[in-house]
Amino acid sequence: MSNVPAELKYAKSHEWVRDNGDGTVTVGISDHAQEQLGDLVFVELPEIGRAVKAGEECVVIESVKAAADVYSPLAGEVCEVNANLEGAPELINGDAYGDGWIFRLTGVAAGDLAGLMDADAYSAQLAAEE
Amino acid sequence: MGNHTPLYPNHLAAGGKIVDFAGWEMPLHYGSQLEEHHQVRRAAGMFDVSHMTVIDLSGARTQAFLQYLLANDVAKLKDSGKAIYSCMLLESGGVIDDLIVYYFDPETYRMVVNAATRDKDLAWITRHAAAFGVTVQERDDLAMIAVQGPQARDKVGQVIAAGLRDPIAALKPFFAEGSGDWLVARTGYTGEDGYEVMVPAAEAGGFWESLRQAGVAPCGLGARDTLRLEAGMNLYGTDMDESVSPLESGLGWTVAWEPTNRDFIGRQALAQQKTAGGLRRLVGLLLEDRGVLRNHLKVRLADGSAGEITSGGFSPSLGRAIALARVPATIGSECEVEVRGKWLRARVVKAPFVRGGQSCIDGLMVT
Repeated sequence: MSNVPAELKYAKSHEWVRDNGDGTVTVGISDHAQEQLGDLVFVELPEIGRAVKAGEECVVIESVKAAADVYSPLAGEVCEVNANLEGAPELINGDAYGDGWIFRLTGVAAGDLAGLMDADAYSAQLAAEE
Repeated sequence: MGNHTPLYPNHLAAGGKIVDFAGWEMPLHYGSQLEEHHQVRRAAGMFDVSHMTVIDLSGARTQAFLQYLLANDVAKLKDSGKAIYSCMLLESGGVIDDLIVYYFDPETYRMVVNAATRDKDLAWITRHAAAFGVTVQERDDLAMIAVQGPQARDKVGQVIAAGLRDPIAALKPFFAEGSGDWLVARTGYTGEDGYEVMVPAAEAGGFWESLRQAGVAPCGLGARDTLRLEAGMNLYGTDMDESVSPLESGLGWTVAWEPTNRDFIGRQALAQQKTAGGLRRLVGLLLEDRGVLRNHLKVRLADGSAGEITSGGFSPSLGRAIALARVPATIGSECEVEVRGKWLRARVVKAPFVRGGQSCIDGLMVT
């Protein structure tokens, strides 16, 4: 059973969002998503300062078997990336919600964040996909 | 529901992630493909390869039949238990399958062919065997376990029947030794030392468990593919198929042109290809930029001509992206590969990339 922390918000495409309370949000992929991808071997991060739309591809993740896109769950501007992933993409496999975070956004509208799924809704989506 | 090998219950018990492979429900991995890969390079791992097709051939003219059927020449096999690798060709020179053939005596041979090609192989072999009066018997009563890695031979020796212990310890590469329906061959598909063991289906589960208790890690198809790519070994359906000849698949060395009077299926087409020239080569690529190489990516040469990656992936041993690519023979030491719309730099290298736990590429170490 995948880990779905209650305090996070989720996108249909399996990204999670944490509201940092300082005007920024942190984005990663869910435990379910990393498990489906398997061992990760490469992450291509977005450039800092890049403006992204909700649903826009902004990260490429490669596992031993395939490449996958990560979409920005929200519109905003990339203000920080997890550079540790360049040398250690497996951080996502080991700790998808902690050390395996991928990027941070600033300038996110509060209403957009509220529009994402909560943990219960995301868990229901995972159950339906089973 | 797909086909199950006799080891299917063992895969479920060990937590294998099961996927469909050519109609067989097989383990992709048991938790981490990368860990399984490293286990084989550093210690010992085992693979269920029972989905492969074992075919026994017998009859007075079996040797003549195989000399006609295969591009390599079974007349090279003079010692009982000796094996060779060969392609089986269409008249056009395209590869129907690649296989290993074991020699027992001039009237008795065994072939091991791929799983995905089972039906067409059996139909092709049976059709041509008739003229030679050769009996073709599929041995679906056997399972097959590949045990690979620097500790593989030692571990198998600890658990195999006492009567086979000394004979298999003395085996040279590409030789096999048997007892009853057991056959232990010093062959493999990982670039490591080890055995491929054919065992009666009813005894397979027990043998697998005894190997597990001896410390041999179950490994899935995922690790098998990254290991074989590092070892620079071709995969049927990916690096070669019916549309290309062994001469353009890095397998020219498996075609026995001598004696010149041996007529084998596809010989004429291969000879014509050689005369015509302009043959493409299968080369190794090492990605210099960051990224991962995948099957079917476009390769661009310095002279503007183009090729294609046939097998690409991430090398867990080297921590780099590697590939096999079919390219014009004009390729130099560098080329470019189109990865998601960008042209990345790659170095042209000679496969294998890794053998016997050591990097074969200058300047690179095994991680």
